[in-house]
Amino acid sequence: MTKTRADELAKKQREISISEFFTKNRHLLGFDNPIKALMTTIKEAVDNSLDACEEMGVLPDIYVGIRQLSEDRFKVIVEDNGPGIVKEQIPKIFAKLLYGSKFHKLSQSRGQQGIGISASVMYGQLTTGKSAKITSKTGPRKSALFYELHVDTKTNDPEILKDQVVEWKKDHGTRIEIDLEAKYQKGKRGVEEYLKQTAIANPHVTITYSPPSGEEIKFLRATKEMPKEPKEIKPHPYGVELGMLIKMLKDTKAKTLQSFLMNDFSRVSAKVAKEICEKAKLYERSRPGRIAAQEADNLFKAIKNVKIMNPPTNCISPIGEDLIIKGLKKEINASFYTSVTRPPSVYRGNPFQIEAGIAYGGDLPGDELVRLLRFANRVPLLYQQGACAITKSVVSTLWRNYGLSQSRGALPSGPCVILVHIASVWVPFTSESKESIAHYPEIIKEIKLALQECGRRLASHIRKRKKAEHEAKKKSYIEKYLPHIGVGLRDILKLKESEEKKMLKILKDILERSRK
Amino acid sequence: MNKTLLKIKHSAKDVYDKIMKKQKPIMKFPIRSLNNVKYDPKKGYFELLGTKKVRTLTVNTVKTFAQTLRMMALSKEVIEKDDIATKREVYYVSKNWEDAKFNEQPESDTVMDDIEAMFAVNREQLGFIPEEKGGDVAGKLIVIDKDPTSGKGVRIDCTKFGSGAYSVPSDVENLKFETKAKFILAIETAGMFERLNRHQFWKKHNCILISMGGVPSRACRRFIRRLSDEKKIDVYVFCDNDPYGHMNIYRTLKVGSGNAAHINEYFCVPKAKYLGVTPQDVIDYKLPTHPLKDVDIKRAKDALKNDPFVQNHKEWQKALQLMLKMGVRAEQQALAKWGLNYVIENYLPEKLKNPKSWLP
Repeated sequence: MTKTRADELAKKQREISISEFFTKNRHLLGFDNPIKALMTTIKEAVDNSLDACEEMGVLPDIYVGIRQLSEDRFKVIVEDNGPGIVKEQIPKIFAKLLYGSKFHKLSQSRGQQGIGISASVMYGQLTTGKSAKITSKTGPRKSALFYELHVDTKTNDPEILKDQVVEWKKDHGTRIEIDLEAKYQKGKRGVEEYLKQTAIANPHVTITYSPPSGEEIKFLRATKEMPKEPKEIKPHPYGVELGMLIKMLKDTKAKTLQSFLMNDFSRVSAKVAKEICEKAKLYERSRPGRIAAQEADNLFKAIKNVKIMNPPTNCISPIGEDLIIKGLKKEINASFYTSVTRPPSVYRGNPFQIEAGIAYGGDLPGDELVRLLRFANRVPLLYQQGACAITKSVVSTLWRNYGLSQSRGALPSGPCVILVHIASVWVPFTSESKESIAHYPEIIKEIKLALQECGRRLASHIRKRKKAEHEAKKKSYIEKYLPHIGVGLRDILKLKESEEKKMLKILKDILERSRK
Repeated sequence: MNKTLLKIKHSAKDVYDKIMKKQKPIMKFPIRSLNNVKYDPKKGYFELLGTKKVRTLTVNTVKTFAQTLRMMALSKEVIEKDDIATKREVYYVSKNWEDAKFNEQPESDTVMDDIEAMFAVNREQLGFIPEEKGGDVAGKLIVIDKDPTSGKGVRIDCTKFGSGAYSVPSDVENLKFETKAKFILAIETAGMFERLNRHQFWKKHNCILISMGGVPSRACRRFIRRLSDEKKIDVYVFCDNDPYGHMNIYRTLKVGSGNAAHINEYFCVPKAKYLGVTPQDVIDYKLPTHPLKDVDIKRAKDALKNDPFVQNHKEWQKALQLMLKMGVRAEQQALAKWGLNYVIENYLPEKLKNPKSWLP
């Protein structure tokens, strides 16, 4: 039998492992360059630590350390006081890509796709050849476990290089050490700024940061109040995509289509489920697993045409107006603070909630563009500011009405920091590196409403301040220069002292009464 | 009583009376800018249009108001004592006015210019004199001045300064002149003046040389005006070929400036003619050039658009347009390309013989 061209091609065709895919597409995950690689690694580790602590209900105490090993090689250490991780899970969590607890459930959490920390482990391994070192302890009477891990880049399975029991003073917690090729940068997009912003949006957290050089920095907590625990919710029919719907149909435990719709989604009553089935021309007692692709498509379209109540919004845990102000106050020295937490709202079936805060005056530089702090589920967004719906909302708000100057199509300028936080069970990022929010009209509308409310309060503050300044200036001007009008007129007209005094008294009255 | 003193007193009285009537006092100043002048070639100088700015005493103007009154009081004192104060001295006197003092001299100069314009007098009548030197004179002229101590007449022969020159005083009002010179040649740069003087250009051409040293001072302008009027002699101007030489120097000498429009009538020389260097000279004499700077281009375009003098003289419009088209400027000294004394032996004699090559 002669070999066809397809046979030849088949020799070259093989499965691409997820790890190979990662090495070739590292920019998708935030490893585009050595500066970002360092930042992404710290970000993923800190996000995980905070989520873990909060799930356990302990106030997070996080240590972040960066040591420079050679010119382009660094060691990152992140340690928390969270619940620790059970023995069997440690290798998978740190050394298997796309493994995690958060991908399958719909609830507000920092990490979302579960790709984060294992990607950092693999990046470190690819650039330095070193394994990741994990220490974890789940309780005071448990022993601490120490692992050295590699990712098998072909099979995407963890490779355990070392596995031993060690002494650890901590009652519980997890520590990770990763060596990686990186570049350390100070300033606006640096690690310190990221931690500082984390401290602002998470005033219940204490972070100790030990930079490669210089002194240790402590960001102390401003409150002992833990954030309200976010609730897990079922997906809303409006929020699922066709592929997801097909997968859910296959995986469900429900026996009939109607019960599938009622049990696996939120806000679907028996009546609504029937209506969907009717519109999709499907029998409500069909077995979900037997729904064919074309039928699933009909079902998907039918959902869009049925009016379904918005999803419950009590699953969201905002920072809260008081704590936003506390967070801003502890890290930014200003003379005026305000914040707004909007009521929850919904985009494409996903509940979300917007918060905004403003710090104004004080030590902030007056002639620069305002600093915009963007947060999604309490995580600072440092990159891709221009592409973000938050930036778009700030730019399209008319700040001149609120006492700041602003050029067309630009951020406003003035001694001001603007904070915007979006909390959602599913934050719509524009890419997997999770750095900017997609432009949903519902989200932009909510952000603008929050900013406008903050803006109105800011405007009233600025007006009061300007008025006070004007009054003070007026008073000092009158006191300073009036006597010289007296001297001038006295010298020219040879006025008597009494005449001069009388004239000045009248003049003072005239000026004080006038508004200008 | 001295007219200026009366004006000072009237204006102070107005302010005082207004206050006593519980009204806000005001002062009115003519606006000093090219937008507020008109040019009639028959009269020959920039005249002030009527537009005035009214300064009402408010919190925002109280400082300037106080400073204006105090400077008026100082002027009164200087006039009464028959003394003088230089602009710089006035600035220093203000340092004793505590909060009302001037921080920089331009501030005090502006207030002085305002008072001048308000009373329609020149600053010498206020008792204030400029710092700037008047200009240098050499050639066929005898100036009759007074000895400052004895008050006797002094005859100053401007041919007798060797390689130096007679220097125009700041007050030229009482000078008298004796001359049989045919013309006055007013020169932009001191360097060119020195060359012509050293080779006694004035002897061969029977003329008077005056170095303006850039934009001519008021004293220099008034000196040329009085000399040319009284002795009926022509005035020719010799400047760099650039918008600064044409507009800031020549135009100011001939018709005055927007800023000092209230006194232009006495401080201009309407009969002056522009001898050179013209854009056409640059072509005819193949002069070396430099490209026009941005500020030159802006100045030339502004003049074409806004300057009433240029708008009244087609020849100037053509000259400026030619210069913009050529995109270059040329200095007086560029003539040295053809030899150091080419300007004396060829250029000036040729130009003097050919009035068609001048600009109005």
